Amino acid sequence: MNSIYARRRRRNVIIRVLCYAAAAFGLTWLGLILFTLFWNGLAGLNLSVFTQMTPPPGSKTGGLANAIAGSAIMTFLGVAIGAPIGMLAGTFLAEYGRHERLTTVIRFINDILLSAPSIIIGLFVYVAVVLPMGGFSGLAGALALAVIVIPVVVRTTEDMLLLVPNPLREAASALGMPRSLVIKRVAYRAARAGLITGVLLATARVAGETAPLLFTALNNQFWNIDMTTTVANLPVTINNFVQSPYEYWRQLAWTGALIITLAVLTLNVVARILGRERNTQ
Amino acid sequence: MDQPSKGAGVSGADVSDIAIEANAAAKAPVADRAQALKQFALSDKTFYWLTRASAICVLLLLGGIILSLIVGAWPAIQHFGLSFLTTQRWAPQLEPAPILGGLGPIYGTFVSSLIAMLIAVPVGLGIAIFLTELCPMWLRRPFGVAIELLAGIPSIIYGMWGFFVLAPFLADHVQPWIIAATSGIPVLGSIFGGPPSYLSLFNASVVLAIMILPFITAISRDVFMTVPPVLKESAYGLGCTTWEVVRNVVIPYTRVGVIGGVMLALGRALGETMAVTFIIGNSFRIQDSIFSPGTTISAAIASEFAESGGLHQSALFLLGLLLFVLTFFVLAAARLMLMRLERAKGA
Repeated sequence: MNSIYARRRRRNVIIRVLCYAAAAFGLTWLGLILFTLFWNGLAGLNLSVFTQMTPPPGSKTGGLANAIAGSAIMTFLGVAIGAPIGMLAGTFLAEYGRHERLTTVIRFINDILLSAPSIIIGLFVYVAVVLPMGGFSGLAGALALAVIVIPVVVRTTEDMLLLVPNPLREAASALGMPRSLVIKRVAYRAARAGLITGVLLATARVAGETAPLLFTALNNQFWNIDMTTTVANLPVTINNFVQSPYEYWRQLAWTGALIITLAVLTLNVVARILGRERNTQ
Repeated sequence: MDQPSKGAGVSGADVSDIAIEANAAAKAPVADRAQALKQFALSDKTFYWLTRASAICVLLLLGGIILSLIVGAWPAIQHFGLSFLTTQRWAPQLEPAPILGGLGPIYGTFVSSLIAMLIAVPVGLGIAIFLTELCPMWLRRPFGVAIELLAGIPSIIYGMWGFFVLAPFLADHVQPWIIAATSGIPVLGSIFGGPPSYLSLFNASVVLAIMILPFITAISRDVFMTVPPVLKESAYGLGCTTWEVVRNVVIPYTRVGVIGGVMLALGRALGETMAVTFIIGNSFRIQDSIFSPGTTISAAIASEFAESGGLHQSALFLLGLLLFVLTFFVLAAARLMLMRLERAKGA
């Protein structure tokens, strides 16, 4: 009898140790990544990063101003195009089409788009936008980001609207409000924090996307906010600088990576805080 | 008793507002009411069709993606046919006609994802078990939040870290050790053979594993938390050890969800671009050793597409199409499994 207990206990201890080891192992790597990122990124972080243009090869001065501006504009445009479509689609899934066959299909397709490889989105936009427009452009980049934003926002909008209690809608309808006003004035308002969270998460998701920009927005060494031509952007700049032989470029790549990471983490944290407020209400 | 105090609470301004509004409503002609109702009906319909159109837009997106990939890949499909899947040679500059085969990137995609999953799944599940069963209560929340935040970091960060830090470390310290340990053993010796290299399938796989680790952990933790506490408590009450509870209660209860989550992670690993592009070496030749350079479908597209044209570009589209079909089925299977779990939870 005792040997069985001993064996069970031994096996349990082994598994527990393995689980602790896994946690330590995983955290070590992830901690290491953040540590290197901050260590190398902070070393090059100064004001000129935000005020000067990306340097030409071999230069020892220069910043990321054009890349940061281009990224910000493209991300903003991408979200501005993608979020309304995503919200309206999510509204349909949660409000009008709750019992339709179409909803199940769209939800399924949307979930697949949600995790589709982002480089495929780049190929799609290349055929759909870059070829007809006759060249790479910031607009194509923004549209590629919008395609990534849509499924994220559809998902969160639907989830958040489904959390709104039905009696609220019934009460509004009983007062004689038309359906669209019930949605706009009651359901949206009740789910507002959640909807904003969804948009923030989508912004965080596309802020660091690189693959779909490689052959849609391309890159630009100079200051340019004309969205019909190539526009500098942070991810592609990092991509190019990492593989370069110049020490200063590599330093800028780390700094740029740190800026992107901080932006993404901030967006995530703000979204999380907003989401929690909604839960405690 | 209550009535007068409420009346006193309404300030003068409020009352006058109400009066003005009531006055305006009374003055409005009856015809306007019908018009207003008509307008309501119109805006109602507009909004309904707007949302419906947006929802259908999602379907069109998928259709557009598939269509554009097929259009882009068509010349290559016609020119190479099925031999594309079995040819290893990738010679876009060859005269008179380039010879292009997708076997190398397809092989690289499978092998790198397989190795990444072999590393990340056990570790990720281990961390998830740690988080739901072993971790002290006060640590669970911060730990879980940290994992979720790490899952949101853009993949290019993992890629450049792999390029600057991990690849040199693996090539200098890990690979020589594995090569020495396996040399002379028939099959393993050639899989882990050859000189250590900064740019290799193995290095890319490790970066991929570290990248999907937070993702697998976050999903499995969520899935593990769907187990009703009563089930676990009864098992503990019967005297089960932690491992026995996990093995006999948690895992059987969540099996479908765990497999779904793992397949979701696999879909990610298959299509990941930026984490692998820097350090995979971009070689289309298939070699025995995983310490030699290789390429994946997404890495090949990322590094060659912008400078490609004609048949070369079309071949890259064909690779993209293959990747999309592959991930589509993996993700569809994953979603079906997760949906089954959700339905079980709802029931």
